[in-house]
Amino acid sequence: MTAVLQPAGTRPAPPSAAAIGLARTGLELRLFLRDPAQVLFSFAYPVVMLLIFASVFADDETPSGAPFAQYFLAGIAATGIMLTSFQAVGMGIAEERERGDLARLQTLGTPAVGYFAGKAGQVLVTTVAQLAVLLVVAATAFDVTLPSEFSRWATFAWVVLLGATAGTVLGIAVSSLGGSSRAVGNGITASAVVLQFFSGVFFVYSELPAWMQQVASVLPLKWMVQGMRSVFLPDAAAAVEPAGSWEHGTTALVLAAWVIIGAVICARAFRWRRPA
Amino acid sequence: MTTTQPAARPAGPADPGPDPAVRVRGLVKSYGGRTVVDGLDLDVRRGECFALLGPNGAGKTTAVEILEGVRSRDAGEVTVLGEDPATAGRLWRDRVGVVGQTTGAGNALTVRETLDHHAGYHGVPRGTGELLEAVGLTEAAGRRVDRLSGGQRRRLEVALGVQGRPELVFLDEPTTGMDPVARRQFWALVEGMRDGGTTVLLTTHYLDEAAHLADRVGVLAGGRLVEVAPPAELGAELRRTATVRWTEDGVPREVATTEPSALLRDLLSAHPAGEVPGLAVTRPDLEEVYLRLVGAVPAATSPLSDTPEGASR
Repeated sequence: MTAVLQPAGTRPAPPSAAAIGLARTGLELRLFLRDPAQVLFSFAYPVVMLLIFASVFADDETPSGAPFAQYFLAGIAATGIMLTSFQAVGMGIAEERERGDLARLQTLGTPAVGYFAGKAGQVLVTTVAQLAVLLVVAATAFDVTLPSEFSRWATFAWVVLLGATAGTVLGIAVSSLGGSSRAVGNGITASAVVLQFFSGVFFVYSELPAWMQQVASVLPLKWMVQGMRSVFLPDAAAAVEPAGSWEHGTTALVLAAWVIIGAVICARAFRWRRPA
Repeated sequence: MTTTQPAARPAGPADPGPDPAVRVRGLVKSYGGRTVVDGLDLDVRRGECFALLGPNGAGKTTAVEILEGVRSRDAGEVTVLGEDPATAGRLWRDRVGVVGQTTGAGNALTVRETLDHHAGYHGVPRGTGELLEAVGLTEAAGRRVDRLSGGQRRRLEVALGVQGRPELVFLDEPTTGMDPVARRQFWALVEGMRDGGTTVLLTTHYLDEAAHLADRVGVLAGGRLVEVAPPAELGAELRRTATVRWTEDGVPREVATTEPSALLRDLLSAHPAGEVPGLAVTRPDLEEVYLRLVGAVPAATSPLSDTPEGASR
C-alpha cells in the first residue's frame, strides 16, 4: 500500500479540454443509457405525442392542405430537440450541482469547456437517435411522406444542429441561475410547456393570436418548428406562414443569436457549486 | 508532563521549514456579516500529516475549501504548494488531491468504470488495478457505486483523491459516519499515503482520529488556531495544572494547582500518622484539554483556587 500511494515525481500537463470533452461524451451517454426513465421519456414522448395528435385530428386538414400528422411532425421534432437539449441538460446539471458532482469535477481541475462539450456531445447523439425513431415511426405507422430532396435534409441538419446547440447552451445557462434542482426542474418544465403552446407545436401556428406569435418569434422554439415545417411540408405551405415564406435566413440568425446569448450567460454565471 | 515542559508555542509554528506545503497568514472569510475564518495562521510542512481539529462551525471546512482553491477569501495570504489557490491553474490542481463526499460521476457506474473514467483527468494517473488494491476494493470493482457500503464509498473517494499521484491531499471529515472497523481501515489508508511521502491535511472533530493520524494537530475555534502541537503535547499549558482531591472532615476538597507536589507535601505533613482520605491527583486528559481549548468548558480557574463547597463534578 505504501509504495503505490507515493506522489508523482515529474508531471506532464493534464489532458486537454477536448480530450476530457470526448471522454465525458462517452460517460454522459453511458449514464443516459443507465437511466431507464430518461431513455423512455426521450424516445417515447415524441412518438406518443405524434400518436395522440395524428389520432385526434385524423380527419382534419391543415390550412396548407397537408395532413395533420405531417404538420405536427415538424412541431414534435422541434419539441423533441428542445427536450433532449434544453430540458435534459438544464435539469441534469442542476441535479449534478446539488449532488456535489460538479464540486468534485472542480477539484479535479476539469475545464468547464470540456464539461460542456460532454453535455453537447451527449445531446447530439441522443437527439439524432430520438429523431431517427420519430421519423421511422411517422413514415411507417402514420404514412407521413418523408422528403426525398437533399436540400430539405440539409435544412433538417442545420436546424437540428443549431436548435440542439441553442438548447444545450440555454440549458446550461438556466441551471446556472441559482435555485435548487427542484426549482430549476419546475421552471424548465413549466416554461417548456408554455413555449410549446406559443410556438405552434400543438396548434397551427398561423392560427394563433398575433400577440402569441409575437412573443414566440423572439424565442428559439418557434424558429425550430418553422424550420422543421420547411423540411416536412410542401413548398406551397410556405404561403400560409405569417411571413409568406420559410424565412431560413431569419431562422438561422435567431437560433445563432440564442446560442451567443446562452454562451455569454454560461461564461458569466456558470458555477461548479451553489453559493454558501 | 512536568512543570519543566516548555510552554506551548503560540498559534502558527515558528519554523515550518524552507518550503512548506501550506502557508496561511491572516486568512479571513465571512458569510453575510458572520466571520467564519478570523485571522487564521497555519503552516503545514511537506510530508507531514496535519489535522485541523475543531467543533462543528469552527471554520474547518471553509478554511480547507479556500486552500483547495474552490472558495474565495476576504483577506489574507495563502500559498499551497508554492501557488495561490485562488489563481492557480490546472497543473497545480493535478498536484493537489481532494477526497470529496461524492464520486463526481453519478451512482450508475461501477467502481472500475468510475476509476477508469477519472484517470482521463490527470497527467500521470495511477493504474486502476493498483488503486483498487491500495484501497481494498478489488473484490467490489464490478459493483455499481450505489450498491457500495458507506465504508466502501469512502475508500472509492480516497482512490479518486489520490488517482493523480498528488503531493498534497485534503481530507475533510473523512470518517464521519463510519463504523469503527471502517474507520480503522481508513486510517491505515491515510497512513499509507503519508508514509509514501504525501502531505496530508485532514479536518476532523474526532480527537482520537487526530491523535492517531496526525504528526501535528491544530485546534481551530472561532475561526482561528488556538493551539498547534503534536497530539501528545497538545495543551501543555493546561496539562501542567493538576487537580488534587481529598476529603477533609468528611467534606470533599478540590484544588487546581501547577505545583501539586508542594500541595501534597503540605497535606502529608498535616496527616503525619496515616492516609489522606480520598487523595487523588489528576491531570486533564486529551479530551478535557481539547474541550477547554475550544471554549466548550471554561479554562481552569486560576491555579490554587480553592473550591471547598464540595466541588462535585
